[in-house]
Amino acid sequence: MADLAVRRPRRSGAVRRVVASDHFTGWAFVTPGVVIILLFGAVPIVWSAVMSFQRNNLLSPSTPFVGLANYRQMARDPVVAQAIQHTLVYTALFVPGAMIVGLFLAVAMNRQIRFISVYRTAAFATMAISTISEAIVFIWLFDPSYGVVNYFLSRVGVPQQQFLNSPSEALFVIAAMTIWGWTGFAVVIYLAALQAIPQTLLEAAAIDGAGPWRTFRRITLPLLSPASLFLAVWLTINALQLFDEVYLSTQGGPLNATTVLVYYLYNQAFQQFNFGYASAIAYFLFLVIIVITAIQFRVGRRFTHYRS
Amino acid sequence: MTATSAPAARGEVRSASRGSAAGAPRRRRRLPFSPWHLVLIPATVVLLFPFAWLLVTSLETPAEALRFPPVLTPHVLRFANYSDALASAPFVRFFINSAIVAVATVVCNLVLCSLAGYAFARFRFFGRTALFAVLMATLMVPFQVTMIPQFIITKWLGVHVLAGVGINHIGALILPNAATAFGIFFLRQFFRTLPIEYEESARVDGASRLTVLIRIVLPLATPALATLAALTFLDSWNNFLWPLIAITSTDQMTLPLGLATFQGAHATEWTLLMAANVMSLVPMLAIFFLAQRYFVRSVAATGLAGT
Repeated sequence: MADLAVRRPRRSGAVRRVVASDHFTGWAFVTPGVVIILLFGAVPIVWSAVMSFQRNNLLSPSTPFVGLANYRQMARDPVVAQAIQHTLVYTALFVPGAMIVGLFLAVAMNRQIRFISVYRTAAFATMAISTISEAIVFIWLFDPSYGVVNYFLSRVGVPQQQFLNSPSEALFVIAAMTIWGWTGFAVVIYLAALQAIPQTLLEAAAIDGAGPWRTFRRITLPLLSPASLFLAVWLTINALQLFDEVYLSTQGGPLNATTVLVYYLYNQAFQQFNFGYASAIAYFLFLVIIVITAIQFRVGRRFTHYRS
Repeated sequence: MTATSAPAARGEVRSASRGSAAGAPRRRRRLPFSPWHLVLIPATVVLLFPFAWLLVTSLETPAEALRFPPVLTPHVLRFANYSDALASAPFVRFFINSAIVAVATVVCNLVLCSLAGYAFARFRFFGRTALFAVLMATLMVPFQVTMIPQFIITKWLGVHVLAGVGINHIGALILPNAATAFGIFFLRQFFRTLPIEYEESARVDGASRLTVLIRIVLPLATPALATLAALTFLDSWNNFLWPLIAITSTDQMTLPLGLATFQGAHATEWTLLMAANVMSLVPMLAIFFLAQRYFVRSVAATGLAGT
């Protein structure tokens, strides 16, 4: 380190003091990153708030302020009501589904038995697949005419299903494909939490005569609650922003049956070019995410046990 | 399931009673394998079936693919699907674009977030608290809120500043993600856990702030940098919505967008579609197989799981 000091260039006293001060170096260090985040993160937040009070579309060059008109239109728009309903139904299917599958598999995989690395790899592999690849595979699996799922169902006597072409089934198929796609993530989170549980606690419970089911209910599950809360919040935020699978598999159809909020927002913004209206929907989505997340933390706190 | 496994794993007490019921006093016949296999084998089959079916379809002839009941094992392996897919869309180009975007995003994030994260962790400078609060606020906002202005800004930058970062250039996929509030926050938190003594003594020896960061702090922060790099890479590699908005011409597309576009154009040519899908999947699967044993350990280390 001493040689560094010798090689420091000599500047005049005042300049050196400014350049060496934490105020200068601090700003020099943060500026490149902060400029990007402000330009593409902070400014757009304010801008889209402003836009949500404007009429802004490609048809006219002017963008007059229209007050709450966009929000009022949203309240009247039947597709928005449907989109909210579909988003919530999907979230209610996906979040518990992914958590239960993840917990079950993680508990099963949390032991040293033969082929365990094969089992774990199979679960982790679902993390490697992008939403687009996942959607394409599942569209094919659930193809009404040639799909292999219909074939398996026909073997057990279930008649041919329309799946993604059916307004009553499409959302369930999308939930199934996203649960499959998130299995690896949920397993990793739960497996890490399970491995952090001290073996002594489980042994103590066994010595006290608790059966495996009671140990799981009374010891394991409470100790997993921080991981469960994290997963619930994280999966919910992602579920409310569902887009890729819908865009690829159904484009919101059939008969709007899979139009979720973000898909409708995309449709309004980049197919109809109603930037003002789309911004209002985006802010509404933001509000929904904040409210649901806040509720989850509030309720979750009551059921969450932190060990330390 | 738990009920059946427990006696096998734990014990003499229960096995005695069960054993006598089965007519073999004092010794219970154990399964020659853990009963958990009976759960895990079907689960694994279900988890892997989509991959297997993807592979099978990608090797079938188009006529075989469109048959019901489906042909579960193709009679001839038709590798020509792969060359046909490559001939009908520039998948190599998509792959290269994805790789450029992901690597550039990772490198920019590591550099910019290290600098900013270190300043926020250790320096006292004018406006630090306020600036940090603004960054944290942007963390909470979903992308859908910012995407329309981001589109307008990117378009403006492309027209007035530099075409390479404008709409319809892969630069538009790199620049907005070149630094993230999450990355800055994540590294700041990590830097604050490091003992400050090394840094102070280096400062006393006359090292500049930048030298301290590069020579002392970053080598200590390798696990955090690796985690950030992996998360950023995955995000970038799988990103779909922003490329869908920002890119329209084929030669600038990334893999997810290229694949989606290909699906739009060849919706019923399942064999080609699956061959293309396999090709886009293989690199990521390979990385996952190599890296998987670090997953659980690194999640446990970052405390993401909370216990």
